[in-house]
Amino acid sequence: MFDYETLRCIWWLFLGVLLIGFAIMGGFDLGTAILLPFLGKTDTERRVIINTIGPTWEGNQVWFVTAGGALFAAWPMAYSVAFSGFYFALLLTLFALMMRPLGFDYRSKLPSEKWRSNWDKALFIGGFVPALIFGVAFGNLLQGVPFHFDNDMRIFYDGSFWGLLNPFALLSGLLSVAMLTLHGAAYLQIKTEGDIQQRCQKTVMLFGIITLAIFALAGVWIANIDGYAITSTLLHDAPSNPLKKVVEKAAGLWLSNYRQYPLLILIPGLGFMSATLTILLSKQQYLKSAFISSSFTIAAIILTAGVSMFPFLIPASQSINHSLTVWDSSSSHTTLAIMFWVTVVFLPIIIIYTTWVFRVLSGKITLAHIQNNDHTAY
Amino acid sequence: MISEAVVDLSRWQFAATSLYHFLFVPLTLGLSFLLAIMESTYLMTGKEIYKDMTQFWGKLFGINFALGVATGLTMEFEFGMNWSYFSHYVGDVFGAPLAIEGLMAFFLEATFVGLFFFGWDKLPKWQHLIVTWLVAFGTNLSALWILVANGWMQNPVGAEFNYETMRMEVTHFSDLIFNPAAQVKFVHTVAAGYTTAAAFVLGISAYYMLKGRDAAFARRSYTIAAGFGLAACLSVIVLGDESGYTDGEVQKAKLAAIEAEWHTEPPPASFTAIGIPDQEKMETAYAIKIPWVLGLIGTRSIDEPITGLTEILEKNRLRVREGMKAYGLLQKLRTGEKTPENIAEFNRYKKDLGYGLLLKRYTEKVTDATDAQIESAAQYSIPRVVPLFWTFRIMVGCGFVMLGVFIWAMFASSLRRCRQTTLLKWSLYIMPLPWIACETGWFVAEFGRQPWTIAEVLPTFLSASSLTEWDLYISLSGFIALYTLFLVIELFLMLKFIRLGPSSLHKGRYHFEITQEEGVSHV
Repeated sequence: MFDYETLRCIWWLFLGVLLIGFAIMGGFDLGTAILLPFLGKTDTERRVIINTIGPTWEGNQVWFVTAGGALFAAWPMAYSVAFSGFYFALLLTLFALMMRPLGFDYRSKLPSEKWRSNWDKALFIGGFVPALIFGVAFGNLLQGVPFHFDNDMRIFYDGSFWGLLNPFALLSGLLSVAMLTLHGAAYLQIKTEGDIQQRCQKTVMLFGIITLAIFALAGVWIANIDGYAITSTLLHDAPSNPLKKVVEKAAGLWLSNYRQYPLLILIPGLGFMSATLTILLSKQQYLKSAFISSSFTIAAIILTAGVSMFPFLIPASQSINHSLTVWDSSSSHTTLAIMFWVTVVFLPIIIIYTTWVFRVLSGKITLAHIQNNDHTAY
Repeated sequence: MISEAVVDLSRWQFAATSLYHFLFVPLTLGLSFLLAIMESTYLMTGKEIYKDMTQFWGKLFGINFALGVATGLTMEFEFGMNWSYFSHYVGDVFGAPLAIEGLMAFFLEATFVGLFFFGWDKLPKWQHLIVTWLVAFGTNLSALWILVANGWMQNPVGAEFNYETMRMEVTHFSDLIFNPAAQVKFVHTVAAGYTTAAAFVLGISAYYMLKGRDAAFARRSYTIAAGFGLAACLSVIVLGDESGYTDGEVQKAKLAAIEAEWHTEPPPASFTAIGIPDQEKMETAYAIKIPWVLGLIGTRSIDEPITGLTEILEKNRLRVREGMKAYGLLQKLRTGEKTPENIAEFNRYKKDLGYGLLLKRYTEKVTDATDAQIESAAQYSIPRVVPLFWTFRIMVGCGFVMLGVFIWAMFASSLRRCRQTTLLKWSLYIMPLPWIACETGWFVAEFGRQPWTIAEVLPTFLSASSLTEWDLYISLSGFIALYTLFLVIELFLMLKFIRLGPSSLHKGRYHFEITQEEGVSHV
């Protein structure tokens, strides 16, 4: 049906869709959890915040699980390199994410204040740490990752955990935290009322500005860090073997896609525009539009990183010719085709029933609601 | 070459985290169905007590489910984190069922589970019932896909090695789905899950009856669990997955090891009920044999032989030698000597490439292996008998004890005579057995696959990531610390809510809420 080259492009897009899907759906959960200790002053208020996402966070997190599965299925080399290379970063993410199912389900099952405040901390960690590390990971991808293959295609990681925490990566981490906090606040102000809602509005303002500032700073910075480009010929439909090309590394190369296709500048442009719009709409009390706008902000920021790097998935910072690109690190033609059809059939179904569930659970969570459902609410 | 210590630690970590994960999965699989059955009964009879049952057992379901979700994520991460060569080598095949699991099953289960807990007042009764069934359906569907992936590790069908990409690639995806090893495993595993949940509900209901509290609630729960458990337990045993052990060479070796079948005997083979196997001498001391039984359960026939370990070893010696040739040819192809003769020769030998890779344990070059090294590699391809022999018997023993109790419980409940202290005590005391059976069952299936991660394709010692020993020490201690803490918290909450019983629903009609017992029997 589709040739190999097209399928590779489609799968680059699908991975983007799943990652953006997670950042939007799981993103407001993470953002809300980050805001939990700051916006909830009393136990009941904190329960309001938790219950805005309590019934739906689980489904939202599956976007992440599925993005991981899709990375494994469609880009197995990228999955292997990223997961083994970022070993401790992922271990931390994993430990932090584990706090979430337990935090939500266990927190309000006992009345003890200490029990509850400990789970609140756990929920905060479960929101903040993954948000930070996902950003740091992107920051490292943009700079290249120190790995190489041997002749049997065994992967060796030549860096350390501390090497991941370089200035540019930390800035990306902060950008990720800022935009997800913005998004969480934009969600929370739809689902709450009164004091909490007012605090959310201030938060949207604050984190909208921070997001804009960091995104601009990262944009300037990226022009000066080393980008990568393929300089040899590389067949787009050959069997995946990342050892057969020549790559160059130089400052400014990440801007070459924009030079070649100037219209692409609209993507980061959309990021700036929708972040600004989020602030304005929230101020004018168009809460749902503000949330949609913050979703666009997230999509645009992630897409900006993806488009700048295309066709690179994971550039190799030392053995630069071993970099993983869309053209030489995918699954086989057969697997990409099968997974294409599975995705095309199931993704719309998922979106339909997710929409239904959100519609059933729509409406504000109020202090009275928590008091009346003391034993069943989270 | 990565050090043996790193491989061993990676294996320990994977085994520990998956065994831990598998403490929660079977209960989720089975309890989701029990909840759906209870809620269906609620709709059919209109009796509030069945709603209370759904909600109370649902509370316990939630406590268990949270840990299942938390520890399930580990599994997806670990393939890449700890087994990156495995992930590269078979990601083209193995990744697909995992991704499909996400799209088809996880989304379904996770999206609706929130509505199960919070949708009671927001949905008409019948819609809520559908939600509950969808959760049950989703959890079981995820078991299907993970076992398609696992079945392929046991019996890798529908895929071929590609020398250009240095990995296995899908040729026939339908073979993966209809892999007999996967099908049998799926049925066996979900039935084990149903048994676990039934034993859980049976035991706790028995506890309430022994304490003389919440009589109507406990008796109804007990009856449902007894019926469901009997059907499930029979399925586990009758559809026991030994029948799946004849598909694939490594499966055959596993079966022979489980049964300490040192030599092929004339069919139908007899079953060694008990004995003391000795791997060195390749014989079993003090063996008590039951004629015919092994042949019947293993092959479902009286004329097919069960291959013995000696015969498997003999065959593997040859295959290691063929694998050496395959490896040599692969090196030629990788360095660019892609002559048609080399390609044709390689295709002839490539099914034994995995056996050639076993030699990497003894010599880096493989093609220069000595006779002694070939012998070691062949010996290494045979699973260790003693641990498999015993864990298998523990699993089966647990299964039969549970079957006995379920039969008894079923008869007693149908005669409305389940309130006899001996039966109730038995029902309570067998509660740990399904977990023991599930864990030993996992061990038999996965330890029996050794020395391979992918049977006959990729040895375990090559699959691990190039990490250092310290990396593993740190992560392993992190897991042990966190998982222990989680288990303590989970058990604490679980026991607390079991003790509270249905009074935790605050409906005002259960023990701790009313002074008079039996006040509920009219509900």
